[in-house]
Amino acid sequence: MIGLGHYLTVAAFLFTIGIFGIFLNRKNVIVILMSIELMLLAVNINLVAFSSFMGELSGQIFALFVLTVAAGEAAIGLAIVVVYFRNRGTIAVEDASVMKG
Amino acid sequence: MAALEAYAPLIPEVILVVGALALLMYGVFRPENDREATTVTWLALAVMVVAGYAVVAAETPTRLFGGAFIDDGFARFVKLMILAGAGGALLLCFDEMRDRNAFKFELPILLLFATAGMFVMASAGDLMSLYLGLELQSLALYVVASIRRDDAKSSEAGLKYFVLGALSSGMLLYGASLLYGFAGTTSFAGIATAAAGAGAGQNLLLVFGLVFLIVGIAFKVSAVPFHMWTPDVYEGAPTPITAFLAAAPKVAAMALFVRVVTTALPGVKPQWQQIVVFLAIASMVVGALGAIGQTNVKRLMAYSSIANMGYALVPLAAGSPDGVQGVLIYMAIYIVMTLGAFACILSMRRDGGPVEDISELAGLARNNLGMAFALAMFMFSLAGIPPLAGFFAKWFAFLAAINAGLYWLAVIGVVASVVGAYYYLRVVKIMFFDEAAAPFLGIRAKEGVVMVLSLLLVLGFVAPFIASPVVEAAGVAARSLK
Repeated sequence: MIGLGHYLTVAAFLFTIGIFGIFLNRKNVIVILMSIELMLLAVNINLVAFSSFMGELSGQIFALFVLTVAAGEAAIGLAIVVVYFRNRGTIAVEDASVMKG
Repeated sequence: MAALEAYAPLIPEVILVVGALALLMYGVFRPENDREATTVTWLALAVMVVAGYAVVAAETPTRLFGGAFIDDGFARFVKLMILAGAGGALLLCFDEMRDRNAFKFELPILLLFATAGMFVMASAGDLMSLYLGLELQSLALYVVASIRRDDAKSSEAGLKYFVLGALSSGMLLYGASLLYGFAGTTSFAGIATAAAGAGAGQNLLLVFGLVFLIVGIAFKVSAVPFHMWTPDVYEGAPTPITAFLAAAPKVAAMALFVRVVTTALPGVKPQWQQIVVFLAIASMVVGALGAIGQTNVKRLMAYSSIANMGYALVPLAAGSPDGVQGVLIYMAIYIVMTLGAFACILSMRRDGGPVEDISELAGLARNNLGMAFALAMFMFSLAGIPPLAGFFAKWFAFLAAINAGLYWLAVIGVVASVVGAYYYLRVVKIMFFDEAAAPFLGIRAKEGVVMVLSLLLVLGFVAPFIASPVVEAAGVAARSLK
């Protein structure tokens, strides 16, 4: 029987992978966008699992809001990446170091 | 109509959003010319003034949407601070953005949307409205940070702000989902009820949820150790945008912090108090030490704002209504000092364009005594030297901590502000005692207005007729928080 704990564990794993994807990745900004998406989806698993096991609806409404905002966030993120690429000709994370200190 | 009247507390937000949408239509359907952005920016300022009137004219405190939207004295005080910060920064946009060839009509519209998001943050009474307000603010600000599309620094600032901002939203959401799982509801009142039970402090869902939520908010107020985006974003973003980022969003995020810990989590005060104390100490110390080696004046202001957030968190650690009053007074004075300092930074212009090195200020007192005096007063005020406003901000902050028995926190705060005084006073020393550099171009009218207004408030705060209304209003606002 798959219980609440299983869902929470999967979500925690996905969330951790998302965070590590942001910090360990030195290559590509697109991968960071994917990691952010992974984090938000992990949160959605949490919300829907809680909502379903508690028989309480607001978690699922919250999940829909999160999905909507995630779409907007991805669009803005990609737009910024495009602007950045036009200026620098690269989207490697290690090159984003004009400013330091 | 009776059904609509119930939504009267939403009027300020509605004015901001509808105003922004109407201006967007105006901007899109008008043939493009040089005056367009100027018109839209003035109209955006008018929209903010009308929204401010709506905030003041609002009637009895109300809760809407099952408590998701709270209109109380606290929210109103914070909204007025947000409008002051946003309006002041918008006033700084005109000339500087036109000089940088980045004055587009979208800029004031995005700032209006960000302001609407901050209003929702100030009124949030539910994890959902908290998240939506925060994202409305952040998404608009990611775009304005990178609004100079042809500038490598500006787009890098936007990219860094976006990545770290999105990371922090993710953390905040994860915390929100755990708190929802703990309480079975997303409303702050429901979470407070669930967290009031015995043994709640040992509940893993609650404790982890609280930590993640606070980490997310700490990113937004740029408290150490979640401050790493601040110097880069402040340096890279166009200077008027930096002024905006340093003032209004900090107030909104701090208000959110206050409301979450005092209304949703009063039952687990010992747990969040430790975190707030740690954030406060780390921010004060890192802000003071990190600023010492800086040569760029915008990076200096970034570390200054990190340190200031530390001081503003000191009274929050007290967790009492007095503490909340201290936070509100601190933030009110902080936005005035910040806007004034940025008006001075925007006036550092030569024929070749703006200069940002602190060394460029050398001998300013000999070329432009008025500006040197104003910047010196802002620096003295930020350092907390009496009788300027910054001293009273720190006084109320440390007083609240002492009244709550957090003596050593107040002592660390005082020591950190002495260390911090070094780099503020260094700017004053460079302006008044170093060999004079080439003079700057004249101060432009709008920067001058912001500079003089801020200067009057910073100098005049010692006068009871300026100080006591602010202090009393902050007290009333703090006690309205339930």
